[in-house]
Order: sequence, then C-alpha cells, then structure tokens
Amino acid sequence: MLDTQALPDNVLTTNLKKVVNWARKNSLWPMPFATACCGIELMATASSRYDLARFGAEAMRFSPRQADLMIVAGRVGIKMMPVLQHIYQQMSEPKWVISMGACASTGGVFDAYATVQGIDQFLPVDVYVPGCPPRPETLIEGIMALQRIIESEGLPQTARRRALQIAIEPTHQPRPQPITVGGRQV
Amino acid sequence: MKDSDVLLVDPPKLSMGDKFYLPQVAKGLGTTLKHMFRVARGDHKVIQYPEERREDKTVEEGGINHATYRGVHRLNKDEEGRVKCVACFMCSTACPARCIHIEAGESPWEDREKYPVKFDIDELRCIYCGMCEEACPVDAIELTSLYDIVGLSRSEMIFDKEKLLRIYDETVEREPM
Repeated sequence: MLDTQALPDNVLTTNLKKVVNWARKNSLWPMPFATACCGIELMATASSRYDLARFGAEAMRFSPRQADLMIVAGRVGIKMMPVLQHIYQQMSEPKWVISMGACASTGGVFDAYATVQGIDQFLPVDVYVPGCPPRPETLIEGIMALQRIIESEGLPQTARRRALQIAIEPTHQPRPQPITVGGRQV
Repeated sequence: MKDSDVLLVDPPKLSMGDKFYLPQVAKGLGTTLKHMFRVARGDHKVIQYPEERREDKTVEEGGINHATYRGVHRLNKDEEGRVKCVACFMCSTACPARCIHIEAGESPWEDREKYPVKFDIDELRCIYCGMCEEACPVDAIELTSLYDIVGLSRSEMIFDKEKLLRIYDETVEREPM
C-alpha cells in the first residue's frame, strides 16, 4: 500500500510550477518598444546572425496583449511616457520589462527636462542592459538573466517590483563639472 | 519646358512568365531551399552566443579587436599596485554623459599631490565613447573588451573604485596596459 503521508502535500503544485516556469522562460514573447537606435540592435539580435529564436524569444509581438516581455529600447520622452505606461498596463500578467541601453535605463547623454531619466521611475524594470547601444550579445545576456529570474521566482515578486506612478530617487545627482571658458569658471 | 524635352518611356513588355511571377517565385523558393540545405549540412553563420563568443575569434573570422574595443572601464594600477589616477577630473570633464564622479583627496604618497578617494562610474549612463580614456593624462582609466554585464538594479551598475580596480586585475593578462 502506498504511504500517502510520506509525500508532501504540495508535491504536485511545486512540480507544476517548475514546468510552468520552464515553459515561460523558454517562450518569452517580446514586445519591442523601440524608439531609437537601440531598436536597430534589437533587430540585429533577432536576425539570423545572433538568432534570438535559440532562446524562444523570436516572436516579436507588436500587440501588447500577446507579449509578456517588454524591451524598452531607446530614449523615452516625458510625452511618450503615458503611452509606454498604457502599453505596459495592456500587457497581460505575468510580464517583465528589460530596459535596454543607456537612454532607457538612466537617460544617458540626454540629461534634459524632456527626457525621462530612466524608465524605472515609472515602470518596474527587471533587467538593465548597459551600452549605447548594447551589443546583441549583451541583450542576449539580459534575456538570459531574465530567464534565470523566471526560473527561480516564477511570477514577479511584488516586493521587488514597484507600483506604477511612483517615482524613485535617482541614484546619483549630476553635479557641476569644472569647466572654464576663457579663464572664467562657468 | 518644350514638348521636345519630354521623354516618353513605354513600360517594358512582360512575357507570359513574367506576368504570372511563377519563375520568380520558384527562384525565391530555390534560394530558401539552398540555405535550408546549407544549414542542414552545418554550414551556417549563427553565433551560438553563450558557448561561442566573438572575443575568442580573430578579427578575420569576425571576432573583436581587444586593443580597440570599448567595453567596461577599468582603473589601472602602477608597478607598486597603487591606483594610477591622480584625480585631475579630466575624464569627468570630457565625459559627454557625465557618468564619472570623482572625489579627490590628498595623496598618501610622495610622488603626487592628489588621488581619488571615491571614483564612481555609472555604467548604465555611460555611452562607452572612450573619451575618458583619451583625456586621461596618466593612462589610468581604460576601456576593456568586457561587454557581457547586465544589472538587476541601478545601484549595482554604479562601479566604484574597488570594483574598477578589480576589473583591472581580471583583465590585465589579456589586455596589458
């Protein structure tokens, strides 16, 4: 007779979660939010030389309702931000966000009033990919990091992810640099 | 403009095959098939990234040139293992993204006046243009050919002095100063 007490009660659900996570991590469908030159590198990642299909992420969905990974590639203006938030809200759970490149992550060289200084002030970002633009390898590395997150955690943890509309403190303050013009400090 | 200047061009006469596009369709499918058989033979150009890396190849094979590639920064050390930087702020002045933040302090050594107490580079804001490397008068800051870094938070992508010196220790054999 099988001793049912020997097995933990949740053995079926934990294994099911493992299977679901395995399926999710190997079929990330990206929603390319490509607004600038990072989008070109995103296309290069998806094309035959680097072949994003090896990671199951080649199905670029231009409808947010069919996607579960948003790749924000390029600079985002403050006027574009409501659109980006709208698209993010239209994506169905579970959803993840990769911030690709310097501009999307921190604003990059565009330290101006019109450019959002990092989309993580408005969206919960899971993986930051540096570069201007990042190499396809770096973006693949970001997708692999996201796969590791999905494998270990499953659904996005609510504690780590911040809610929408909450601005976080910028991580550093741009300070005046010593610049002299004609012997005069400006 | 006179009427004699106007050049009237007739559209080219299409044959029956051209009108049906069928030979062209077959030609296109043939190209696809040719590539399909080439891939089946193993003759493809895909870089199997995590296993096959471009820095392991020569430039002729499509690899990267370590001497000129601009990746993550490092802070060089001199022969005695001290940081070479003299905190002159040339790199942070030249930086178009303003991602380098230095705090200078009085140097504990005889041969220089200042040294960096803090040296932070925001790798997410950096655009890897290499201007810091060109501006540096003592060759203290250099760009390595490391490119495969990603971060899960913004604070972990701000590299401080210790981390930049550690990158030097890791890359100095492959890329000497």
